[in-house]
Amino acid sequence: MDVLELARWQFGITTVYHFLMVPLTIGLSILVAGMQTAWVRTGNERYYKMTKFWGKLLLINFAMGVVTGIVQEFQFGMAWSAYSRFVGDVFGAPLAMEGIVAFFVESTFLGLWIFGWDRLPKKIHLACAWAFSLATVASAYFILAANSWMQHPVGIEMHDGRPRLTSIWAVLTNNTVLAAFPHTIAGAFAVVGAFLVGIAAWHLWRRSEEERVWRSSLKLGTWVGVVAFAALSISGDLQGKLMFEQQPMKMAAAEALCHTEQPASFSVFAVGDVTRPDCENVKSITVPALLSFLAHNDFSSEVKGIQDLVPMYQEKYGEFYPVDERLGELSGKPIDYVPALPVTYWGFRLMIGFGGISAGLGVFMLWLTRKNRTPTGWWFPALGLAGIATPFLANSFGWIFTEMGRQPFVVVPNPTGVDGVWMFTAQAVSQVSPAEILTSLIALTTVYTVLAVVEFYLIRKYVRGGIPGVLPQKTDDGALAFAY
Amino acid sequence: METLWFVIIAVLWLGYLFLEGFDFGVGMLLPVLGRSNEERRVMINTIGPVWDGNEVWLIVAIGATFAAFPGWYAALLSAAYLPLTLFLIALIGRGVAFDYRGKVDNPRWRKAWDHTIVIGSWVATLCVGLLISTTVLGLPIDANGDRVGSPFAAIRLETVVGALAFAGYALVHGAVFTALKTEGEIRERARRVALLMAPVVLLPLVALLAIVAGLWAAVVVVVLGLAMWRLAADRDGQSFALMGLAIAATVVVLFGSLYPNVLPSTLNDAWSLTVANTASSPYTLQVITWVAGFGTPAVLVYQGWTYWVFRKRIGVQHIPAAH
Repeated sequence: MDVLELARWQFGITTVYHFLMVPLTIGLSILVAGMQTAWVRTGNERYYKMTKFWGKLLLINFAMGVVTGIVQEFQFGMAWSAYSRFVGDVFGAPLAMEGIVAFFVESTFLGLWIFGWDRLPKKIHLACAWAFSLATVASAYFILAANSWMQHPVGIEMHDGRPRLTSIWAVLTNNTVLAAFPHTIAGAFAVVGAFLVGIAAWHLWRRSEEERVWRSSLKLGTWVGVVAFAALSISGDLQGKLMFEQQPMKMAAAEALCHTEQPASFSVFAVGDVTRPDCENVKSITVPALLSFLAHNDFSSEVKGIQDLVPMYQEKYGEFYPVDERLGELSGKPIDYVPALPVTYWGFRLMIGFGGISAGLGVFMLWLTRKNRTPTGWWFPALGLAGIATPFLANSFGWIFTEMGRQPFVVVPNPTGVDGVWMFTAQAVSQVSPAEILTSLIALTTVYTVLAVVEFYLIRKYVRGGIPGVLPQKTDDGALAFAY
Repeated sequence: METLWFVIIAVLWLGYLFLEGFDFGVGMLLPVLGRSNEERRVMINTIGPVWDGNEVWLIVAIGATFAAFPGWYAALLSAAYLPLTLFLIALIGRGVAFDYRGKVDNPRWRKAWDHTIVIGSWVATLCVGLLISTTVLGLPIDANGDRVGSPFAAIRLETVVGALAFAGYALVHGAVFTALKTEGEIRERARRVALLMAPVVLLPLVALLAIVAGLWAAVVVVVLGLAMWRLAADRDGQSFALMGLAIAATVVVLFGSLYPNVLPSTLNDAWSLTVANTASSPYTLQVITWVAGFGTPAVLVYQGWTYWVFRKRIGVQHIPAAH
């Protein structure tokens, strides 16, 4: 494999992995801050126990999110130095802001929250919880603004062959990030909803101590999950419409839509080989005109297919890569404008499918536990625990779809924006040897695998320990005691 | 404006080396100063609430370099690819270890994480030293800012001295910090160890400064000497402050001699990266100046407050039996 391919695998693996921790951290820190608020305001012990239990799981997960996030900050420069040079004037600013505005708050107030239970006045301690929860959300905004700029570059002019920032405001209010942010945050709440439902269902079924804690948690999880799914649908629909406008090829690839259709039907499921852009041998179950509606809010509008988009892209962005030894094997070769169709087509469907299953499962669990009932069959906790995986999968497939769907670009040209600002992924990679990337790929993947096992083991241990496992042991004089 | 950002980045590195310097040192000295599990728990608790906040100084230093000098960020990070990979893995390991060590009550579990903390702290400190001395001493980069030649170009005699320099500093700094934050036997041991090892382990730092800036090294030697003198006189706080002054003087000397370069090319002076040829546009610098101007004072206030909240010395009597 060459540097490009290895670097892409590495970025994909480390980022998808990082984004398993992130949504759980975001969703859980907000809910834990909410639980603590309920406790401080009502004095009800149940909320204290909820804060302690879910807070412990939050901490186990938080550490992993932090350390895998450091890798992200470095790897743009390490593996994608040409990209960093090209976009640095624009892309670095939101990253620096994220550090100054969000990361400092997150890490400092998390430390205060962990160690401050007995040392800070109740309300200040609670304020620390809100400070780090809101900082996780702020950090998501900045990094999504950076990512959205890659999908839809705005606020720039070309200067000496590089984009130069002319308006940070335009970057931070890019319509792409305004749609991606609610979608991502809702995705985080879908994760934490399923997490609460699954674990609480298991405790209810086991008849663990503190039944009321688990009933409250299950209810909270379900409602959070349902509201999140509604928000996901609305923001996803907005994102879809923007994508048709900004990245027509990505949406055509999401549908594996070969020929322009008017009205265009939405493919629910396909049998056959979607990899072939000529669409032969594909039998697809479709809903007539739905795609037109998703694209333009109009059941009769036209949606362009891949075969018609390719010549348009070739005309605008060139047929061949430039002749440049830095491009390696791709130097002077024809540019393939079609993303990997099986990945985009199935990624899109799996994202929506798992999201729907997750929400449906939550509602079903709520119905099963109505009026303080608890099913006795083993299938009840099994369903809940399996359900935890579904929003994680939906998130991962969503990201894989949107990032694979913009290939072969790393910075996608904005059809209505400044002319000439785009970058092919092949041009973005560092001038390092394949052996270097392979080494870090193997090393990081190994470390991440080990840590995944450790985190899973710890979460399982603390879930099993229930409420008694997380209540604090007091020391004589209240000084810093066992806290981690 | 470019010069301002060069100074800001130097200050961010200073903050990082001063703050994470002691938590690296505490990690490196864990088996030396912490003889029993309780003592090790005490040491970890001295940095428990703050190490993560300290690490953010690194994240922001790197992020600010990306925003203000993309060419510097791109060249340095890609050229030092392998040492940085090692650095990241060390940071991952020790970060997770602090958090997970106490989560299972089992001696073997704790021992495994203790090893991770010690190895992770050593490796990370050495890598930081290597990275800083590399950017000061230069790399074989071409006109485009890309490394020419071996993936190990960053590892040379001078940069190895640089790696040892920061490891030595972190050892002494960590011991002084432990003395400042603990009480009883562990505090005495920390003071003794600091005074005993200082003359040897601080030598590479002096050597690095002499290589880079000749006689200016003497300034740092004097400050370090004063720090040890105050420690011997039982004044931990003053000693700790002087250790801070020493790293500040070090950063001033290193970055001062680097300026106006940011990463010299060892192949051709004309290919050296400078503040002028790597800086972002004036508008971008202006934007991040506003953010840093409002953000940084706030950071100093609430991080300072954190240290105030956890100002109490701790000893083994504060650690519950089971842990």
